[in-house]
Amino acid sequence: MATDVSNKFDVIVVGAGLAGLAAAHTCAQAGLETIVIERGTKPGTKNVMGGVLYTRPTAKVFPEFWKDAPVERPVIEQGAWLLTSDSAIKLAYRSQRFADDPPNAFTVLRVKLDKYFADQAEKSGALVICETLVEEVLTDGDNVIGVRCGRAEGDLYAPVVIIAEGVNSELTRQLGMQTDLKLDDTASVVKELIRLDPKVIEDRFNLSGEHEGTTIEMYGDATLGMLGTAFVYTNKDSISLGVGFLLSQAVEAAQTPYDMLQRLKQHSMVAPLIEGGETGEYMTHMIPEGGYNRMPQLFGHGVMVVGDAAMLVNGIHREGSNYALLSGQLAAETAIEAHENGDFSGKTLSHYRARLLDETPILRDLRKYRNAAHYVESHPALLSTYPDLVSDAMYEMLNVDDVPKRQKQWEIVRMVLRARSLVGMAWDGIDGARSML
Amino acid sequence: MSDQQQERSNVGLVDALYLVKYEVDEEDSHLKILDVEVCRKCEDRPCITRCPAEVYLWNEAEDELEVAYENCLECGVCRIVCPYDNIEWRYPRGGFGVAYKFG
Repeated sequence: MATDVSNKFDVIVVGAGLAGLAAAHTCAQAGLETIVIERGTKPGTKNVMGGVLYTRPTAKVFPEFWKDAPVERPVIEQGAWLLTSDSAIKLAYRSQRFADDPPNAFTVLRVKLDKYFADQAEKSGALVICETLVEEVLTDGDNVIGVRCGRAEGDLYAPVVIIAEGVNSELTRQLGMQTDLKLDDTASVVKELIRLDPKVIEDRFNLSGEHEGTTIEMYGDATLGMLGTAFVYTNKDSISLGVGFLLSQAVEAAQTPYDMLQRLKQHSMVAPLIEGGETGEYMTHMIPEGGYNRMPQLFGHGVMVVGDAAMLVNGIHREGSNYALLSGQLAAETAIEAHENGDFSGKTLSHYRARLLDETPILRDLRKYRNAAHYVESHPALLSTYPDLVSDAMYEMLNVDDVPKRQKQWEIVRMVLRARSLVGMAWDGIDGARSML
Repeated sequence: MSDQQQERSNVGLVDALYLVKYEVDEEDSHLKILDVEVCRKCEDRPCITRCPAEVYLWNEAEDELEVAYENCLECGVCRIVCPYDNIEWRYPRGGFGVAYKFG
């Protein structure tokens, strides 16, 4: 670090992802001397998501970003496919209302997007330092007082440190604010970016131009019945195709993550979508899936934890980027308040958690789904037996042959009861309602 | 990527990793096996099967786990799946490791 740069700041932000950049941008706008420390060569180069960016939460931090940010396509259609080995039950919702200005959501690629948000933070006055790993949080008694970076003269000091270090939460655990991550706490996701001509993408996905995009989530055979999802998202001139599953399920899987992705690419429902495409990049990232029950302590004396490091992801609703941005912003507002009052104790910084609860749906939504993942995991029929049953029933009813329809209906009922008892189905339903409603 | 990587089982994956940009830290591996004996006794070796980049490979001749840290995509899965907490996992030094182009 250049010697003319002071080693004292008002706020230190660890990590230039969505949460960190939202925090830094907000602090700098309020006039706080803010530094963001990023280990990648540029902001974004370590970051991966599906990815869908929701407009309204993002615009709370970066107003009207869509006018010049490098987003891909507005999402006007969202599909959910339940796959079996040779069939798909497809559900889709498409609405022109999603294309309104601004659209509800965009597909994005993080390397470009994060660079843009970092530029905005810098314009607001934040200092973004790359190629620098924070190795340690500096403390004085119970108080966090700064960070130690892996370079000469690497100790930096600030009364508030915002930890936006991502899913691996090294520093959060080092501070004792989080315990070791377990198999149930994260999902492993692999993804390929597949280059395709925009016109080909628009034809295949029934889109009328670059201003329209679609997302498809896939379940069942897409993850070999394991608790997880696969996805196909349309970008401008590429497709993001990925598959991920909870680690506790994956440890028993016969195939490696890479092979699971290749298998998905060859699935008869997926192959035509990507045919002729060329792989541009292969990526992987973990998603924090521990939810409400596994959130770390969100604040301490002089410290707040935001984004993935804080387990702020709603896997059921595919929300995470919005949680990251909003948590970063709320932590920043709390840091600003702390500077105004000159009090950086946990008492003041606890307002960050209060804001998450009162000003956003984040904590309430996470609490609502706190047992949802466990429900799906403990009811394995959901992603294996049921897709096959529905597929076979649909096939029977739509297949025109010599069998009368009444007889077909009874055969379907018998088939269903052979596969799963009425009592079993009732409990699947009751347990599901309990964990989801 | 080294010649040794060429010999890895999955040709498709080797090609896929060729597309990934890395700044390899030639001086230091950020992944360390704490006790090689533990890996010898490990039955499932989930680090090998769960790593998205096949960083871990069992070397039959040496009866030892090989760690191709230069292929690491820094996801953190190996540390969590290791049943014996036998992997000392750190991020690469600042500026090193994977540098995605799209993300």
